Amino acid sequence: MSSFVSQFKTQASAKTADLRHRQVIRTALRSYEVVRDKRKAAFQSWESARQAAAETKWEAINHLDTHLEALTAKLEARGTKVHWASNAAQAREIIAQILRDTKARSIIKSKAMTSEEIHLNHALEEAGYTVVESDLGEFIVQLRHEPPYHIVFPSMHLTRGEIKDLFQRELGDAPSDSPEELTMVARRVMRQKYLTADVGFTGANFAIAETGMISITENEGNARLTAALPKTMITLLGIEKVLPRFADLALFLPMLATAGAGQPMTCYNTMYSGPRQPGEVDGPEAWHVVLLDNRRTELLADPEQRDALHCIRCGACLNVCPIFRNVGGHTYGTTYSGPVGSVITPHLRGLQDWKHLSNASSLCGACTEACPVKIDLHHHLLHNRRNASAGQPAFFERLAYRGFAVLANSPLLWSLAKKAGWLSQPLQKLVKGSALDPAKAWTKTRDLPPQPSESFKDWWKQRKKTA
Amino acid sequence: MTVTLFIPCFIDALFPRAGISMVEILERLGHRVVCPEEIACCGQPPFNSGYWDEARPVAAKVLQQLASAEAVVIGSGSCGAMVKKFYPELFAGRPEEALAKQVASRTWEFSDFLATKLGVTDLGATFPHKVTFHDGCHGLRELGIKTSPRALMAKVKGLELVEMSEAETCCGFGGTFAAKFPMISTAMGDVKCASAIETGAEYIVSNDSSCLMHLQGLLTRQGKPLKTIHLAEVLNQV
Repeated sequence: MSSFVSQFKTQASAKTADLRHRQVIRTALRSYEVVRDKRKAAFQSWESARQAAAETKWEAINHLDTHLEALTAKLEARGTKVHWASNAAQAREIIAQILRDTKARSIIKSKAMTSEEIHLNHALEEAGYTVVESDLGEFIVQLRHEPPYHIVFPSMHLTRGEIKDLFQRELGDAPSDSPEELTMVARRVMRQKYLTADVGFTGANFAIAETGMISITENEGNARLTAALPKTMITLLGIEKVLPRFADLALFLPMLATAGAGQPMTCYNTMYSGPRQPGEVDGPEAWHVVLLDNRRTELLADPEQRDALHCIRCGACLNVCPIFRNVGGHTYGTTYSGPVGSVITPHLRGLQDWKHLSNASSLCGACTEACPVKIDLHHHLLHNRRNASAGQPAFFERLAYRGFAVLANSPLLWSLAKKAGWLSQPLQKLVKGSALDPAKAWTKTRDLPPQPSESFKDWWKQRKKTA
Repeated sequence: MTVTLFIPCFIDALFPRAGISMVEILERLGHRVVCPEEIACCGQPPFNSGYWDEARPVAAKVLQQLASAEAVVIGSGSCGAMVKKFYPELFAGRPEEALAKQVASRTWEFSDFLATKLGVTDLGATFPHKVTFHDGCHGLRELGIKTSPRALMAKVKGLELVEMSEAETCCGFGGTFAAKFPMISTAMGDVKCASAIETGAEYIVSNDSSCLMHLQGLLTRQGKPLKTIHLAEVLNQV
C-alpha cells in the first residue's frame, strides 16, 4: 500500500468517526443547498445553461492552442508580460525571478488554487519572503498553517468560536465570535499589509481569448486591492481557464456564482486587461501572467477524460459528494479534493499513487448531476479504476475476479457456493466482526442478512417441476 | 408478453421473496415469465473494480442468455444500469457490441417496466404502513427512474409515503466500496438511516436489494426498529 493510500485511510477513519465534523459540514452545506436551488430556479433553464456552458468549454478546450495564442497576443499588446510554465518548478522559478528583478520582499495574495498546486507559499517563505493571504478564508487557514479545506470555502470546517480563539492566539485581537467583528480584525491586519506589499499575486477565474482579459470573481474586494495597490502584479492560472469570447462571461459568471455559492452573481467581478497604460493614474506598473500546464496537456491528450479540463473550480461537486461530506477536504491530501480532485489528481500526480481516490467512491453520480459544465465525473472515476487495473493489476484482486468469473458462469459451482454460504452461517456468527471473520470489513459495523435455505432459483426449479 | 426475468445474485441467494414477488406480480398481470437459470450475476463487481477483462466473460454469458428475449426485467436499478448502460461500453468496439445495444434497448428495471412500459400502477396491493423510499443511485441517476416507484406506491392501499430529506443521497453501499472503505460506507449509511428515522416511517422501501442489505445490516446491528423491504414485496401484498 502506498503511503498516500494509508494516509487517506487513516484520516478517513478519524474524520468519519468525528461526529462534530460531520455536523459542521452538514449545517454549512444545507444552507448552501437552499440558496443554490433558489438561484438555479432563477435561470430560465438550468439544464440548457449547463448544456451551453459544456459546449463553450468543449470549444475552448478542443482549440486550446489557438485560444491561448490569441490570449497571449492581446495581453502582450497592452504591455503584459506572459510566461509559460510547463510544470510547478518552472512556475515557481518564473515567479521567483520576477520577485528578484523587482527586489520585492513582501507579497499580498488573493485566492489562487493554482498557487496551492505549485506549493508557492512554502517556497516563497523558505526564500525569506513575507506572504499574506488576503481572502478571509485563506487568511484563516494560513494562520493555522494548513492547506485550504475546500477549493471555494477554505475554512468551512471551522466554527466562529474556533476562529475567535485562533485570532486571539495569533493576532492578539478577538473581541467576540461575531463574524462582523472578526472580519474587522482581519481587515485591520490586511490593510497594513496592502500598503507595504511590493507585489500583488492573484489567480484567475477565466481568461478571455477574444479580448485578452483576465476575469477575477470575489466577494470581499481583496482581489481588487491586491491588483490595484502594489506596483507589480503577478497572475497565475491553469491553461484550461480560457474562454473564447467576452460574451461567454454572461453565462459563466452567474453560473459560477450559482453553482459555487448559491449567489446570483459574485459581489465583485473584474476584468483585467493590462498594467497601467500611459495617461492612467492607477493600477500596477507591471503585470506578469503565468500560464501553467503542469500535466494539463496530458489530460488534454486523453479523449475520454478531456472534459475534466472544463472544470471552473466552482466546488459544486464537492458540496454534494457524500464522500467529501464524511471524510472532509484535508483527508484527500490533494490540492483539488472531492470528485473532480479524485478524477484529475491521478492525471496530474500519477495514476498508481492516486488511484485509491477513484476507488473511494460509491459512484453515486451526485457530482455529475451537480456539475455546471457537465463533466462526466463519476464515470471518469470508473475509467480511472479500469486504467489503474489494466496498468498494474492487484494480483489477488484479479485472481479473485477470475475465480468469480468461473463461478458465475457455472450454474453448478454457483449453486454449490450458495450452499456453502448457507452452511457456513453458524460458523460465521461465532467469529462475527472479529479478526478471524473473513467478512470483517463488512461485519465490523453491519450484520449480514440471514441466508434462507431456499434460494430463488431453488424455488423456481421446484415450481417448474410441480407445474 | 413473455417477460424474461433477470434475478440478480443478491436476490437469488439472500432475498428470494423479492424475486418470487416479481414472478407473481407479472403473472397476475397475464404475462408469461421465464427465468434463465444459467444467469448468476451481471458482472458488476469486477466491472466496477476496474477489472473489465474479468467482467466480460460474465457479461457475455448474460447477453447470450438474453439474446432472444422480448423484454428483460431486472429487479434492481443497479444491475439494470449494468445491462442497460454499461454493457454497451464494456463491449464497445467488440463483436458483442451490437447485441449489447439490442439487449440494452429491451431491458427494464422492474418498477419502470410496470409503470412506464406496461402503464400499470394499481396492482391491488395493501400495505398499511408508513414508509419512506430510498432512491438507489444507479436507478435514479444512470436510468433516470424517480417517478415510477412512487406512482406504484401511490396506489397501494394503506401505504403512507413520507419522503426523507436524504432520499437521493447515496446509502454508502457502492458494491466493493463497502468493503474497501468500510468506514466511509458506514458513515454514509448512518446519515441515510438517521434521515429515514426522522420521518417516523416503519419501513425503508427501495427497488435495490443491495442498498437495503447495507442499511438493514446497520439498523440490525444498532438495534433500530426500522425495517427494510423491496418494493416488489410491498406490491405483492394482495
